Amino acid sequence: MLSNLRTIWLVFKHAFAKRVTVQYPEEKPALAPRWRGRIVLTLDPDGQERCVACNLCAVACPVSCIALQATEDETGRRYPEFFRINFSRCIFCGYCEEACPTYAIQLTPDFEMSEYKRQNLVYEKEDLLVNGQGKYPGYNFYRVAGLAIGGKGKGEAENEAPPVDVRSLVP
Amino acid sequence: MAIDFETLRPLLIIVGVLGCLVLTASLNIWIERRLLALWQDRYGPNRVGPFGLGHVVADVIKISFKEDWIPPFADKAVFVLAPAIIMTTALMSFAVMPFAPGISVVDLNVGILFVLALSSIGVYSVALAGWSSNSKYSLLGGLRASAQMLAYEVFMGLSLMGVVAMAGSFNLRDIVLAQQGMWFVVPQFLGFVVFFIAGVAETHRIPFDLPEAESELGAGFHSEYSGMKFGAFFVGEYIGITLISALTATLFFGGWQGPLLPPVVWFVIKTFSFISIFVLLRASLPRLRYDQLMTFGWKIMLPLSLANLLVTGAVILMRQ
Repeated sequence: MLSNLRTIWLVFKHAFAKRVTVQYPEEKPALAPRWRGRIVLTLDPDGQERCVACNLCAVACPVSCIALQATEDETGRRYPEFFRINFSRCIFCGYCEEACPTYAIQLTPDFEMSEYKRQNLVYEKEDLLVNGQGKYPGYNFYRVAGLAIGGKGKGEAENEAPPVDVRSLVP
Repeated sequence: MAIDFETLRPLLIIVGVLGCLVLTASLNIWIERRLLALWQDRYGPNRVGPFGLGHVVADVIKISFKEDWIPPFADKAVFVLAPAIIMTTALMSFAVMPFAPGISVVDLNVGILFVLALSSIGVYSVALAGWSSNSKYSLLGGLRASAQMLAYEVFMGLSLMGVVAMAGSFNLRDIVLAQQGMWFVVPQFLGFVVFFIAGVAETHRIPFDLPEAESELGAGFHSEYSGMKFGAFFVGEYIGITLISALTATLFFGGWQGPLLPPVVWFVIKTFSFISIFVLLRASLPRLRYDQLMTFGWKIMLPLSLANLLVTGAVILMRQ
């Protein structure tokens, strides 16, 4: 009986406790920087698309919500002709971000993407591209990659020595 | 033809009391949800209208548009009758309630007996509802309800006899007037505790909600009910809560009496405090087991109320 009264008293004291509810539309929840939300495609410091259309994200995606078609510009640089994410399928697992070799695809702390029509949840490349570098500022894949492309020859990348002529090593 | 105020007065009171009661019953849903939320560190319904009061209207609209379905296996006549009984008895009990000096529907000199009789008739509602539904869970709920309400009815009446003995009247107005010096909760504290616990059991509220135990019986006696018939049980239960709260306020806490504020306001304040205690009990206590309920009723509460009556009677006789 006493323990019952104690229970009632303890519950009553909660009248003066702080309420845990976050009143969502008025009061936004705090999202961590690494929160896995809306997927974006980022640009490198030169303002070029980072994506090289390698298809690794599409392969890594467990629900196959990413579709893209690779193409090349006149300098031989690869880029996606179209890049499509079906967010009605996406489970925001972040595997695409992990798979991406160029930091192009990134997940952002944003979840407010509800739509009245399912079709509107299919994002095209122009919906996905953001004017920024996302979580990895200053990173430019082609500037650190060994590939000769767009006027940059072999061995001219950052932290890269000129190529060695193996035959000259013959004693 | 001139209609003078005195002829209209009883009619106005009847209509006013009825309207206020139905309003209170629907408001109780909101009060319960908000208070439960408060004690569980949530907000509860606060979206529609100021303080979420629009939810009351939304609830009423929703329940009145729900399909009202009678199962083909049910006993139709009794099935329809059962929810009407609980509404009628709960509403009629308020006829003898003195809301303020001069504001009561009828000034009956057997007021308490009238209320107790009506609450006994109320047992028929749940028993018949469970029986006529013709389903095993409903029947179990109905059986539990009748056993529980009969058991708790006994000492609910006995616990009030102390008050009646002290006031020397069954009339609720006289009982309120007898409390001018001191509220009956002081000399009749045991009676108050017993009566309130019996009242919780009478309205089958948590922790005595075995007849409608969701986890074991679906919804107990009203599991086959839908639409406005379910609504009638719902409203009947909330009016029952209001009735027990109002009775507690009238019999033990001086009814309308209180300083400064007008009598009706005091009555409403006291009633709503007890409604809040009903909700607090729901927020904090788990449901009893059936044998615990019966043991508690017959072996603890009944002897307690008898002892209370005995001591009260002895003291009154000694003072004469």
